[in-house]
Amino acid sequence: MHSSITKKLAITLLAWAIALVVFFPIFWMILTGFKTEGEAVATPPSLFFEPTLSGYHEVMARADYVKFAINSVVVSLGSTLLALLIAVPAAYSMAFLPTPRTRGTLLWMLSTKMLPPVGVLMPVYLLFRDMGLLDSLSGLIVIYMLMNLPIVVWMLYTFFKDVPKDILEAGRMDGAGTLQEVLYLLVPLTLPGIASTGLLSVILSWNEAFWSLNLTTSSAAPLTAFIASFSSPEGLFWAKLSAASTMAIAPILILGWMTQKQMVRGLTFGAVK
Amino acid sequence: MRSFLLQAPAVSLLLLWMLVPLCMTLWFSFQRYNLLNPFISGFAGVDNYTYLLTDPALWTAMGNTLLLVGWVLAITVVGGTLLAVLFQQEFFGRGIARLLVIAPFFVMPTVSALIWKNMMMHPVNGVLAWLFNLFGFQAVDWFSSLPLTSIILIVSWEWLPFALLILLTAIQSLDDDQVEAARMDGAGPIAIFWFITLPHLKRAISVVIMIEMIFLLTIFAEIFVTTSGGPGLASTNLAYLIYIRALLDFDVGGASAGGVIAIVLANIVAIFLIRTVARHLET
Repeated sequence: MHSSITKKLAITLLAWAIALVVFFPIFWMILTGFKTEGEAVATPPSLFFEPTLSGYHEVMARADYVKFAINSVVVSLGSTLLALLIAVPAAYSMAFLPTPRTRGTLLWMLSTKMLPPVGVLMPVYLLFRDMGLLDSLSGLIVIYMLMNLPIVVWMLYTFFKDVPKDILEAGRMDGAGTLQEVLYLLVPLTLPGIASTGLLSVILSWNEAFWSLNLTTSSAAPLTAFIASFSSPEGLFWAKLSAASTMAIAPILILGWMTQKQMVRGLTFGAVK
Repeated sequence: MRSFLLQAPAVSLLLLWMLVPLCMTLWFSFQRYNLLNPFISGFAGVDNYTYLLTDPALWTAMGNTLLLVGWVLAITVVGGTLLAVLFQQEFFGRGIARLLVIAPFFVMPTVSALIWKNMMMHPVNGVLAWLFNLFGFQAVDWFSSLPLTSIILIVSWEWLPFALLILLTAIQSLDDDQVEAARMDGAGPIAIFWFITLPHLKRAISVVIMIEMIFLLTIFAEIFVTTSGGPGLASTNLAYLIYIRALLDFDVGGASAGGVIAIVLANIVAIFLIRTVARHLET
């Protein structure tokens, strides 16, 4: 009995030490956001200081911070809604009207995720330039929608498959068409699944940093690109960088914590549940 | 028929998204095409490929890509497996400790890279420099003297939580009775780990390796905001080299040839991943 308590204490100590070390950079960033620029670069690092919101005020005072944040929200919500709209009918037919081709189609969709973005950077850049989509929100929305569509279809499919077919059949007996069947039976039944699929898509779009850095410059740039602008040596203001970063990651960190289980399912295409 | 119509939008969009850029990349890779000089044009044959393949920069970038992928995989898979076993144990505050340890995965790459570059690895004011001095070591100028190592550290910090998250989920389906039976038979913790836990995690580990490889082959943002591939080409990987050719040199042909090489590399991994997923897909 005694030794099992000692063992539990030892594990607690070890696990917490590792967790704190891994989390430390994020903790330090949050802390630095509440320092003055002078304290932010102090050596030895100052742990006890009078917290100030001046970093936050200054970041918010730059009118463009709000613009970048709105771009991030618009792009990640827009692409997610679009992806759901296109994926729900597809996943519905795969789950409830399977044909011998369904399996092949699903795997093929997965394979489109394997195309490295950098492999098609040049054509996408030129197509965007010629269509006037460079540095536009709609261009980024379309790219993110396409990027996440396979995952969204895949996840919806696994959620839809869990719905007993009899329920939809009963609805059909009562004269419901496909649209009513989906809208009034399937969607309400699988709302938690649809929501977590949507959240995963929002998280992935929010954090995406290849297309956003290469296809936007100013007017459509989301937060990933705004934060990247702090990398120039002249722009080194750690307190402001930290304040801006904290605001940029806070919503996604919380969403990520809430959906970690579904995330595993989505990111491994159901291979690990 | 109905199922065809319902799938048509998703399938046709993805088909376009895959085929159009892919064909264009292939086409460009055989063209003389530079955005800065419209007078150079026409069929280039395999010139772009010969130029690229004989360019030492490509081989440096390939080497860096392999080092980056290899080290990050080793660190995250071994670390993730050990941590999964640790965080599976009962201990005080387990829920909160788990949340803290998976947090880095949800941080956007540009933020992760800049926190590390500035607050952690800055040679004068960084936390690591302070720690090194505290213990009497010389502070390291991470990004000038160990550029690739620094990138490997940052990327591992981002992906260790991913490996842990997946493996922790997988380890939870391990049969307790089986472990208990082994313990009754006198198996020690190391034997249990080696003969029961590890075989149980085999599939999850292979999935982690393949998914990470797909993403790690084209790491970009972390290099973009920290070293810009430098000093020289010391931290340039294949993705960053293509970016330099494409959007800094505007050499469409050369960048596309590089793109084709990246696609071929990714596909070698993809085939294995899709096979693994297919085996576990019940339709």
